[in-house]
Amino acid sequence: MTDIPLTHVLILSSLLFTIGFVGVVVRKNTLFMLMSLEVMLNAVGVAFIGAGSVWQEADGQIMFILILTLAAAEVAVGLALLIRMQRRYRTLDIDVLSKMKG
Amino acid sequence: MNLLASLPLYPLLSFLVLISFGKRLSWAVSSWLSVGSMGLSALCSLWLFAQLSTGEVNVITSHLWQWFSIGSAEVNVSFYLDALSAVMILVVTGVGFLIHLFAAIYMKSDENFTRFMAYMNLFIVAMLVLVLADNLVLLYLGWEGVGLCSFLLIGFWYQEKSNVLAARKAFIVTRIGDTAMAIGLFLLFKSLSSLNIVEINQLAQTSDAFSMSLASNEASDAYWAALLLLGGAVGKSAQLPLQTWLPDAMAGPTPVSALIHAATMVTAGVYLIARMNGVFIMAPEVMTYVAWLGAITLLLAGVAALAQTDIKRVLAYSTMSQIGYMMLALGAGAWSAGVFHLTTHAFFKALLFLTAGAVILALHHQQSLFKMGGLLKKLPFESALFLIGLACLVALPGTSGFFSKEAIIASLWSSPTAGESLWWCAILGALLTSIYSCRLFFLAFLGEQRFPKDLVISDHLETNHLLRGALVVLALLSLFGGLFSVDLSTVLPVNNESELSPDWLHAVAIITPFIGIAFSWFYFKRYHSKGITSLAESQSSWVVFCRNGLGFDVIYQLLLVKPYCFIAQVNRRDLFDQLIMLSAWYVGIWRDVLSVSQNGRLRWFAGTFGLSLIGLILVVIL
Repeated sequence: MTDIPLTHVLILSSLLFTIGFVGVVVRKNTLFMLMSLEVMLNAVGVAFIGAGSVWQEADGQIMFILILTLAAAEVAVGLALLIRMQRRYRTLDIDVLSKMKG
Repeated sequence: MNLLASLPLYPLLSFLVLISFGKRLSWAVSSWLSVGSMGLSALCSLWLFAQLSTGEVNVITSHLWQWFSIGSAEVNVSFYLDALSAVMILVVTGVGFLIHLFAAIYMKSDENFTRFMAYMNLFIVAMLVLVLADNLVLLYLGWEGVGLCSFLLIGFWYQEKSNVLAARKAFIVTRIGDTAMAIGLFLLFKSLSSLNIVEINQLAQTSDAFSMSLASNEASDAYWAALLLLGGAVGKSAQLPLQTWLPDAMAGPTPVSALIHAATMVTAGVYLIARMNGVFIMAPEVMTYVAWLGAITLLLAGVAALAQTDIKRVLAYSTMSQIGYMMLALGAGAWSAGVFHLTTHAFFKALLFLTAGAVILALHHQQSLFKMGGLLKKLPFESALFLIGLACLVALPGTSGFFSKEAIIASLWSSPTAGESLWWCAILGALLTSIYSCRLFFLAFLGEQRFPKDLVISDHLETNHLLRGALVVLALLSLFGGLFSVDLSTVLPVNNESELSPDWLHAVAIITPFIGIAFSWFYFKRYHSKGITSLAESQSSWVVFCRNGLGFDVIYQLLLVKPYCFIAQVNRRDLFDQLIMLSAWYVGIWRDVLSVSQNGRLRWFAGTFGLSLIGLILVVIL
């Protein structure tokens, strides 16, 4: 197995993270925002795995399992919220929910 | 806690009770409290005075606690009683007690009776602190307290605007003097590094740096300190440049006029100068100023009193003129004569004011002299008392006023700081005093009745024996108070040079009042035949000029008040305020910027959150 340098892993991770972040910010549809959030979480996961393999430690993989469970829980809650939102407002446009205006 | 410390305590306790319970107390309870506490104080001061006059001790002191200390100098809350302050506490508590007694009956029907008595008690507390203070800071505390109570009591009937304006005027005008006095205290502390009165009086005589100026053409510290203290005294005692508040202060209830503006508070300035005699002796020029100020005030006030139509304003101007006599005595170095006149003046002026109050109340709040007349038959008792008071005021031989005023006049001729011209001023003042006193008596008590014939004399006061008792005691004190002259030689310096004066001086001084009386008798007899209306309606410019207090109010209005109000108007949006508003404006801008960012959009929040995180990381890395 050829060694992949850590820099490459990190570049990939940050690219994925940026794509996810831009997706969260520019997308109006809440479903896509949720998906972009998943991309961001996976980007972090890639960074952990990469670091774990470089230092030959199990910690990176443990962290990834933690992130995976967290993502699953988050998706469950997020999807439930999306269903409620669709029922109530008949749309998934996040800007409709701007009642937090200070 | 000895007897001396408890002296101001009784009125203070009474004040606290009265002011906390207010209208819930009945008339009987509150008057027993306030008058009773004053009676206790009066008894205590009599006891203390008796202790002093046996001659075993010269000074009684009472140290309560340390107020604060500056460097090595301590400012204590402690009281100091010597012959001078003993005389003062006797006057303050004794006359104060009688006036409280009168006030309790006079103000009985007022709805804010308890508030009135509370202020009166507080006034006595402040006055006692002023008189008993052993250092100048505590004296200043009492000084300001007295000013505060004067303000509260002049404006006691605050529903009327003129009363409020009079109160404000008194407060502001005396404040000018107080500022001068405060600066004087700083100067004394700077050059003598002590604030204790006894120490200052001793140090002033021994310290060369204080009385000598560094350069020959510069005035010494003693000169400036004495001048600044004089400024304070002038404000409180209503002397020449700052006298305008006193006639207006008659807006207050009559017992207030008697207590504050005749018997006690206005004499605080005289007391201050007598107390600080060590400083004044070191500055003979200032003593001459004191004498001249007193002389000019006594003449001007006498002239102004000649044209007044309000009975209380006549008495107010006569107060100014009598305090002018005291200042004249102090300036001439006749310290004990000045203090003696202060005492007798307190007696007879309290008597005059209280009797005037009784007359005013009997005529249903009629104060105009031209609407009185013929009161001798209607109110014989009050008329007799008033006559006694006036006799003391014009210094008829035998009365207390005679002893004190003659003592002053006799000391003037050969005094190094006064002189012959001031003696003539004093004689002229005595002549004026007798003329305006006679005018007052003739207009109010003799002649025909000029109030409506069917007016029922109010018997509100007539029947009260207690009240009459108080007035009779005051009358007796005014008549015979001159016999108990107190030996002040332990406290005040004595000059023995009056033997140099020529013999005819005494004769002139004694005859002068009689000339005045005879003159006014013939003068008013003329009007008696052709009716008083021609006198009342006299609108000649001189009379109006004198009636308005010789135009001082107009000048001050034009020279000081108007420009000040103009500047205030121009600078309405204060420059310094704008500087402070700049910081408020800066904060406001940021408030706007940040509140725009709070638009409630989740994507915006997420975006800014992410971007600022990146910014933060960049800052950490770079």
